Amino acid sequence: MSDKHTTDAVIIGAGPTGLFSVFELGLHDVKCHLIDILDKPGGQCAELYPEKPIYDIPAIPSCTGSELTAALMTQIKPFNAAFHFGEMAIEMKKQGEFWQVKTDAGTVIEAKVVVIAAGGGSFTPKRPPIAGIEEYEGKSVFYAVRKRDVFRDKDIVIAGGGDSALDWVLNLEPIAKSVTLLHRRNEFRAAPDSISKMRALVDAKRVSLQIGNFEAINGSGGQISSVAVSDEHKNVKGIPCNALLAFYGLTMKLGPVADFGLGMEGELIPVNTADFETSVPGVFAIGDICTYPGKMKLILSGFHEAALMAKKVFAYVHPERRYKFQYTTSSSDLKGKLHVSK
Amino acid sequence: MKIYVTDMSGNTHELEATEDWSVMEIIREGGIPILAQCGGSCACATCHVYVDKEWKDKITPPDEEEIAMLDGAFDVTEDSRLACCITFTEELDGLRVSLAAGSV
Ligand SMILES: Cc1cc2nc3c(=O)[nH]c(=O)nc-3n(C[C@H](O)[C@H](O)[C@H](O)COP(=O)(O)OP(=O)(O)OC[C@H]3O[C@@H](n4cnc5c(N)ncnc54)[C@H](O)[C@@H]3O)c2cc1C
Ligand code: FES
Repeated sequence: MSDKHTTDAVIIGAGPTGLFSVFELGLHDVKCHLIDILDKPGGQCAELYPEKPIYDIPAIPSCTGSELTAALMTQIKPFNAAFHFGEMAIEMKKQGEFWQVKTDAGTVIEAKVVVIAAGGGSFTPKRPPIAGIEEYEGKSVFYAVRKRDVFRDKDIVIAGGGDSALDWVLNLEPIAKSVTLLHRRNEFRAAPDSISKMRALVDAKRVSLQIGNFEAINGSGGQISSVAVSDEHKNVKGIPCNALLAFYGLTMKLGPVADFGLGMEGELIPVNTADFETSVPGVFAIGDICTYPGKMKLILSGFHEAALMAKKVFAYVHPERRYKFQYTTSSSDLKGKLHVSK
Repeated sequence: MKIYVTDMSGNTHELEATEDWSVMEIIREGGIPILAQCGGSCACATCHVYVDKEWKDKITPPDEEEIAMLDGAFDVTEDSRLACCITFTEELDGLRVSLAAGSV
């Protein structure tokens, strides 16, 4: 499956910085495509603290992570950016005049510039710290369900205590041979409705609930045969199964961006603070992923960096046009782009 | 004041402790690698530590939010805590903790 697009700017990361870039670039007539491994916009604000208030967004005394994300989405609406969610940017290379960014889903985006707004890295599932688990991953140990049918007639252990774990218990129970839910305590943090449905299935003996710690996996050649679980007295027992789904939340990992040839400083990309271009012309880095003397990992810094980046990107995308500084308050040109009255 | 932190290789480090800092901050600023991805907001469970048994009673017990967040950690035991949720006070001078898998 290959899906090819051509645009002005491809933005890797749809956190607050990537989102606000759409606005700043849009004012400069730069069209954008965004890629994010998450299935939703907002980056850390959406994934790590949707309900927590932020108090240091200029002129907004308080808003939560999800409110900030929703407000940014409203603000950038006039620019009709294209979003590629659930995809990881894995490769960036120059093809003639254009940059080409590829994702793990086979999408190819050609653009005049690349803006890396990858924050703390791509959100990837936490892997249980169990030696040798890699051998099983994607074969019989999974951290997400891509194809539900893979689990038909299987004996499945689902580990975790949040919404993902419970949603898949409810969703896979009808097609699985057996479902065991494994959690470290007999309390769950998930939608109340899912919890009561799960409890009803446990009472009806259609789902087995095991309280304990996930210790080890047994099996061979990538095929799991049982999960070792310890109870509060450290007694270990095996739960036979042929598939394990583990939901312990997400963690940020830099991933493929490390190999994009951007002269990394540790896990960060050094930039020039006049325009946030990296050591590679036409490739920019803003937000938490970039570094320069004095950098602070704050949302407001990312917004400022986006504005300066956009000015330089304008020169790449519209070399024939003369740059003109304008205010949104007074410029009828900008107001037209924002679809607001004159 | 001091705390003692045992890393994943079993080495114990003596760190200068500062009143009102979280144990995560003392570890991080003391130069011992700890992921602490959410920067101390009880939102990531990557600052998971085991508190030495003898210190357990001296520390304010975890609140509901911390207990729920520990669901996102591995190898959780009754000694498990999130280091960003323990505030260092004078009474904790000499505290001993060990880093857990998933926090480095
Ligand atoms: C609990 C908590 C509280 C905070 N409170 C505040 C606060 O009060 N004030 C403040 O200013 N800041 C706060 N921050 C920090 C703030 O959230 C970050 O500075 C901000 O999210 C950075 O935005 P970003 O867009 O640069 O990166 P991120 O928000 O990290 O977004 C980056 C996005 O890029 C994606 N990505 C990365 N690599 C790839 C790839 N290769 N392919 C596809 N997608 C990729 C990631 O999945 C992610 O969604 C807080 C952070 C946390 C965790
Ligand atoms: S630093 Fe994230 S939970 Fe402690």
